[in-house]
Amino acid sequence: MRQRLVVIGNGMAGARTVEEILARGGDFDITMFGDEPYGNYNRIMLSNVLAGVEDESGIFLNDLSWYVGHGITLHTGTRIERIDRLARTVHAADGTATPYDKLIIATGSRAFVPPIPGLHRPGRGYHQGVFAFRTLDDTRAMIRYAKEHQRAVVIGGGLLGLEAARGLQSHLPHVTLIHAAGHLMNAQLNEVAGGMLKQSVEARLGIEVVVNGRTTEILGKHAVTGVKLDDGRVIECDVVVVAAGIRANAEMAAASGFAVERGIVVDDRMRVRDEDDVYAVGECAQHRGETYGLVAPLWDQAKVLADHLTGTNPLAEYHGSQVATKLKVAGVDVASMGLKEPERDDDESLTFTEPAKGIYKNVIIRDGRLVGATMVGDVKKVAFLMQAFDRGLALPEERAELMFDLGGPAGEVKVEDMADDEQVCNCNGVSKGAICATVQQGCKTVSGVMDKTRAGKGCGTCKPIVQRIVEWAAGGEVEEDPAASYYVPGIPMPKPELMNAIRVHDLRSVSSVFAKLGGEEDAKSKMGLASLLKMMWGGDYVDERDARFINDRVHANIQRDGTFSVVPQMKGGVTTPAQLRRIAEVAEKHDVPMVKLTGGQRIDLLGIPKEKLPEVWADLDMPSGWAYGKSFRTVKTCVGSDFCRFGVGDSTALGIALEERYQGIEGPGKMKLAVTGCPRNCAEAYVKDLGVVAIDGGKWEIYVGGAAGAHIRKGDLLTTVGSAAEVMVLTGRFLQYYRENANWLERTYAFVPRVGIDRVREIVVDDKDGIAAGLDAAMDASVAAYRDPWKDRDQPATPGQFRTSLPLTVLT
Amino acid sequence: MRVIGRVDEIPPGEGRAFAVDGQMIAVFRLRDGSLRATQAVCPHKGGPLADGQIDLKQVLCPLHLNAWDLTTGCSLSGQPDLTVYDVLIDDDKILLGDA
Ligand code: SRM
Ligand SMILES: Cc1cc2nc3c(=O)[nH]c(=O)nc-3n(C[C@H](O)[C@H](O)[C@H](O)COP(=O)(O)OP(=O)(O)OC[C@H]3O[C@@H](n4cnc5c(N)ncnc54)[C@H](O)[C@@H]3O)c2cc1C
Ligand code: SF4
Ligand code: FES
Repeated sequence: MRQRLVVIGNGMAGARTVEEILARGGDFDITMFGDEPYGNYNRIMLSNVLAGVEDESGIFLNDLSWYVGHGITLHTGTRIERIDRLARTVHAADGTATPYDKLIIATGSRAFVPPIPGLHRPGRGYHQGVFAFRTLDDTRAMIRYAKEHQRAVVIGGGLLGLEAARGLQSHLPHVTLIHAAGHLMNAQLNEVAGGMLKQSVEARLGIEVVVNGRTTEILGKHAVTGVKLDDGRVIECDVVVVAAGIRANAEMAAASGFAVERGIVVDDRMRVRDEDDVYAVGECAQHRGETYGLVAPLWDQAKVLADHLTGTNPLAEYHGSQVATKLKVAGVDVASMGLKEPERDDDESLTFTEPAKGIYKNVIIRDGRLVGATMVGDVKKVAFLMQAFDRGLALPEERAELMFDLGGPAGEVKVEDMADDEQVCNCNGVSKGAICATVQQGCKTVSGVMDKTRAGKGCGTCKPIVQRIVEWAAGGEVEEDPAASYYVPGIPMPKPELMNAIRVHDLRSVSSVFAKLGGEEDAKSKMGLASLLKMMWGGDYVDERDARFINDRVHANIQRDGTFSVVPQMKGGVTTPAQLRRIAEVAEKHDVPMVKLTGGQRIDLLGIPKEKLPEVWADLDMPSGWAYGKSFRTVKTCVGSDFCRFGVGDSTALGIALEERYQGIEGPGKMKLAVTGCPRNCAEAYVKDLGVVAIDGGKWEIYVGGAAGAHIRKGDLLTTVGSAAEVMVLTGRFLQYYRENANWLERTYAFVPRVGIDRVREIVVDDKDGIAAGLDAAMDASVAAYRDPWKDRDQPATPGQFRTSLPLTVLT
Repeated sequence: MRVIGRVDEIPPGEGRAFAVDGQMIAVFRLRDGSLRATQAVCPHKGGPLADGQIDLKQVLCPLHLNAWDLTTGCSLSGQPDLTVYDVLIDDDKILLGDA
């Protein structure tokens, strides 16, 4: 029988250890218990999720299918309450008992919450408005609550507290950080560096910082109203986040009779003291007196543990980790490692400060080796320093080279000088050797290697070095990802090159593009080419109907049973009794199986047979709503200033005007817009391809690149303008820029971040490249060439355009 | 073989469905001028293959974009194969043979 391996804790250490075991061919019957209701996610990224720069969906490391795929039984949302050492069983809160042959405890840590009066409500957990910052659920709850409140206080000025404060700023206007010690990040920084950091945090981020602030009470009866400090000061707030440190989750192990001090005590093989078959790994473990609060050590621990458990390397030992910390707050760079101050008389200490720029650098050298470094405000040399620190490398004679690039050999580590086992990606624990091995196995694209090894897929700071290693390992034979750069799979060219070739050879039909540039015709490329040619040539495009997808051949959306849906245009979501009456009559006359309000603020007639489409259009006598195309779709609006008591702009009129002008314009992906009459955002403008928000003073904000479909993303503020006319122009210009430059099927939520909002703004708003007039003219031409496709109903465009293709039966 | 329709009922590069003995057959007119014929109903979930996009080799079902080789009927994406029929052009007429 296979040995039964039970893992308690399904976080970063637990799941990683199991991966290491599987990678060594470990043959176990694996059962995992996790307190949280999810698969394993990258906890580090919660800071980015809170700040809104990362999607929740992007942080999962092992989703549920991974467990299924590896035959692992995962019990999510299940807490283990007790381990019976003698019976060798673990007992869950739901009453079940699970036997083990080998046990791994990976319960991590939890937020440490100091005993401040008012933090808790008797019997109800935290006071309303008080949050810890450890789990995805914490993060979600915090975001939800913060959005509806105004002032937050973060208790704790360490790494986590700073990241929490920065993240909260994305959701509410006022954030105060209260730190009990005399300077920020006092565990990692000395007083001068901490002071410099405080300056930057206040001046650049606009976070108020209180040091030497001991919180004595949380005020507020039903919900939080403020916090009180020991000097009597009261800081008003309606949200409190506690980030005052962490404590190992070791109580359950202690109560079950295992050796526990500050964490579960393990030996160099990660085995719990005095146990043969029980291991601990991650933040819950205490090794040689140390507990860790960062991920880098646990990657090493996981490897050693897996080596032992699988018998791969019985000599493997963990000797502790040198840790380096980096603050993940954009605009305020901080990195530190080792000592923060010289300790011995003969320690060399070099310091550079430039207060006006918020720069502080310090390195500490002992016996010619780097034993400590701190960088605030400028962390360019950090990769080099980390290596020198971690491996005890010999240091340059010219000590200043440790802090600056002095023209000589650049501070960037030379890839060829790196040792094979050197860790490159600290989030996912990937070594240079692992990257090289993947390249040697034939994967020669940067994105391919990143997918396979996960290097660069955590916080992303190591991407440049991953890229250089791949380039080096491939010996100059790095391949571009063909599929990633071609506009369509069948023609080996990226979009700009393809457009250029189309112009040079004057190719006006899809078949001529294949003949000239691709050789064989390719069904999977036709639709993308048709869209591109139509955008480029407008009225001069030679329209071959077979290049169109069925939806575009018959101007309706095909459905699961082969019938179609008909969505007439309803500009800005505004209709009239006459229009409604007409729709009702058509629906009755044609026995339309379902009439439905869409998420796009209009009405869908579903289940229309193909052969009936022209007749339905004629009876409706309304323009097409283009609900089937890769095209301009809808402009959602709210009632706006005409009716709403909060409205500060006529969103309905502007939405209608936008839809009137840009209706049916085709592009690389769908374009969905919205105009909303005030920042309450009832028309959901923040999450549209282009969203317009009326703000007080007769102004309009324009957001681009938002999404709330398969991806959720708040749009980036493109600019604020003073008139509806400017909105009209900038909308056209942005859409045209998108049409010309986005890849096939690349929605704006991917396109805008790829190009970068600053660059988009340079082009669309500031006209830095001098192409605005050209974009406007191209859009004008497309608008002028527009024709409602439903008008072409009397004369089929091709023989049998609307002929049925099926006996209408749905197979299941 | 028997006549089931005229070639000009099918635009170049497209397909059309024809009823033959109470069965639906999809006939495609490739851009090189030749014809292919397959069962009309997609074996995946019943999609209308005649509404699919084609090239000289394959047809893509419009519903879930599975692909089949037009000449052999073999699936190119892990679905059951299609029944294919002999089909010829005689003057301007479509001649259909057996499966
Ligand atoms: C009818 C409607 C659902 C409804 O009953 O409300 C609908 C129906 C479909 N949506 Fe949608 N979407 C509808 C609003 C939305 C919205 C909300 C909105 O427009 O405000 C979204 C989120 C916004 C967005 O576009 O991101 C939405 C995000 C999607 C997506 C995800 C796109 C993405 O990249 O995130 C798809 C899939 C795709 O595009 O590949 C999709 C695809 C589809 C398709 C076209 C699937 C397909 O290819 O056949 C559905 C057609 C069903 C049919 O048989 O006609 N639909 N779909 C809505 C029509 C709105 C309209 O009046 O035009
Ligand atoms: C917001 C944030 C930002 C961070 N940023 C960084 C960073 O930039 N760099 C860095 O190195 N580190 C960072 N960290 C720390 C890093 O996330 C942790 O070091 C790492 O997650 C530890 O892994 P672990 O598996 O030991 O614990 P965890 O990831 O916490 O996993 C433990 C799991 O066990 C579960 N569990 C606990 N008790 C039980 C029980 N009795 N039964 C069942 N399940 C149980 C818990 O619910 C949890 O899911 C950050 C942490 C946070 C919260
Ligand atoms: S969410 Fe959209 S794509 Fe999915 S079933 Fe509903 S209508 Fe269809
Ligand atoms: S029905 Fe044809 S691919 Fe799904």
